[in-house]
Amino acid sequence: MAQPRTLFEKIWDNHLVERQDDGTCLLYIDRHLVHEVTSPQAFEGLRLTGRKVRRPDATLAVPDHNVPTSDRSKGIEDEESRIQVETLSANCAEFGVPLIEMNDARQGIVHIIGPEQGLTQPGMTIVCGDSHTSTHGAFGALAFGIGTSEVEHVLATQTLIQRPAKNMRIAVDGDLPPGLTAKDLVLAIIGKIGTAGGTGHVIEYAGPAVRALSMEGRMTVCNMSIEGGARAGLIAPDQTTFDYLKGRPMAPKAGAYEQAVAFWQTLPSDEGARYDREVTLSVGEIEPQVTWGTSPEDVLPISGVVPDPSALEDEGERQGMTRSLKYMGLTPGTRLQDVAVDKVFIGSCTNGRIEDLRAVAAIAEGALKQGRKVAEGVYAMVVPGSGLVKEQAESEGLDRILVEAGFDWREPGCSMCLAMNADKLKPGERCASTSNRNFEGRQGPGGRTHLMSPGMAAAAAFKGKLADVREFLG
Amino acid sequence: MEKFTTLTAVAAPLPMDNVDTDKIIPARYLKTIKRTGLGAGLFSDIRKDGDGKGGPFVLDQPAYENAKILVVGDNFGCGSSREHAAWALLDAGIRCVIGESFSDIFSSNAGKNGILLIQLPPEQIAKLLDDASRGANATLTVDLEAQTIQGPDGGTISFEVDPWKKHCLLNGLDDIGLTLQKKGEIDSFEAGQKAQQPWLY
Repeated sequence: MAQPRTLFEKIWDNHLVERQDDGTCLLYIDRHLVHEVTSPQAFEGLRLTGRKVRRPDATLAVPDHNVPTSDRSKGIEDEESRIQVETLSANCAEFGVPLIEMNDARQGIVHIIGPEQGLTQPGMTIVCGDSHTSTHGAFGALAFGIGTSEVEHVLATQTLIQRPAKNMRIAVDGDLPPGLTAKDLVLAIIGKIGTAGGTGHVIEYAGPAVRALSMEGRMTVCNMSIEGGARAGLIAPDQTTFDYLKGRPMAPKAGAYEQAVAFWQTLPSDEGARYDREVTLSVGEIEPQVTWGTSPEDVLPISGVVPDPSALEDEGERQGMTRSLKYMGLTPGTRLQDVAVDKVFIGSCTNGRIEDLRAVAAIAEGALKQGRKVAEGVYAMVVPGSGLVKEQAESEGLDRILVEAGFDWREPGCSMCLAMNADKLKPGERCASTSNRNFEGRQGPGGRTHLMSPGMAAAAAFKGKLADVREFLG
Repeated sequence: MEKFTTLTAVAAPLPMDNVDTDKIIPARYLKTIKRTGLGAGLFSDIRKDGDGKGGPFVLDQPAYENAKILVVGDNFGCGSSREHAAWALLDAGIRCVIGESFSDIFSSNAGKNGILLIQLPPEQIAKLLDDASRGANATLTVDLEAQTIQGPDGGTISFEVDPWKKHCLLNGLDDIGLTLQKKGEIDSFEAGQKAQQPWLY
């Protein structure tokens, strides 16, 4: 009998073009997503060497990092941002790569639109010059971020030279109670394994709590695999996955769809498959999470207090924590719920999908009924992950609730997740954010980021401080 | 890419863990459409903090003006996939980074740009950080073929390196050119996949 294999191993084996004696593999890439920031130098490389794009039909480009989230009808004001977006359009035209333009209704964050269009499918290999490509692993696709040299390699050859990763399995038991979300799960996981815990591994998420997540929740979990050091996250495809894909523009059409589902059902890890590392976690151990420091592993339950470096034994760790707290402007022992915020950012490839916006609108609706609005002095922005997410939200009337409650309703894009467009924190400003990285300067030089779920960010907007979303539930 | 064979150079100490790619090069420098000139943004936001003791940032100290080696802590290069981090290091003259561990994507990006990453256990990193802290008097010699680092006091440390990466670095290979020679294998892979999973085409 064949040796039991993990989901990762099956996808890997299915895409092997060639394996060298030293273990280096040539891996076929099924789909390649492209955005404006990490591709110009790759296209330039093709031009200089007279090379072509091997499979434009397997490639899809969209500008997302630099696009304004305000009125775009007059184009992009910032010259460098505008040149980068125009360069993407010119490159796509020259090399025949399909492009969703900035003013197309389908435009959005590359990791939102791939699944939304049905491009992302189980069993595929998917890459993009962006570390949050791990998002697509929610469908049981091997999806990972690559650098620009590798973008050029994929454009030219539709393959990558890789070595297989190790297998890690993280199982989460229990049912998520109200107020606890996929974001809390993944933050708790990163807190447990650390920001380098998954280095060299692909993480497969499993267990009842993961299985019960919607596709959007699964995307949130896989999205932040990279914050745990893993280049890719995976969740075995199941009926939830197949139902999500059915009828999407780029998903297999009737006839082919049934054939595809039959294949997808063979992908989950075999009984007895071997993992290099296994981690288990129970929902019962988890409260709504919020980060206090400048690494995603610096995470605590919202009931916690700012940690004290003097309690650490290791000198390096003590120095690291002291630096983080100084940057964050926090004093050890302060209750997290006493920390006041200046801005709230709801959006990103982690939490910019329709369910995220519904969660925020539900909190806002409850607050409005109690006569509450976004706290005075707090600026709260909602940036839908794509034009279609925005349309859907508007058709459900979510925008009206959010605007009435005092939120700013914006156009789609990466926005203040990484502050490449005009949306930035000012030095010293503190932000409750649904994004994925709390690194120093990530949301603007000197800006201070606290990562949390959409509901938690909404709660912070109304209280003007880090807050427990459970106080806002029914 | 430029070959990497041996390198004798001043090593600069940067004893920090989790130096993410936003620290190596903040996003505002990513708006360029070129690979060159990114050295101007290298460590831009942490440079202003100096050395933490009131002095300038390590790479701004005269002793490390010509540093081509960086000795760092754990999990260097975590975060974003931006190859601009590797381009910025290269533009500033750094050809080798020695640390406890590196993120996966940064490792790949460094290799594609002729930057050698060397992973060593914490005790050896502590020793090299100590060596590097002696400034311009303390040069290291890195020999990729022999997989050794020679310290200023004559001691030698051995290191492991991925054989394929070593081959590419020693020869300065353009791996796209190499892969294009496998066109036949890629063609036949596609034909096989198309027969089995026609919905992908």
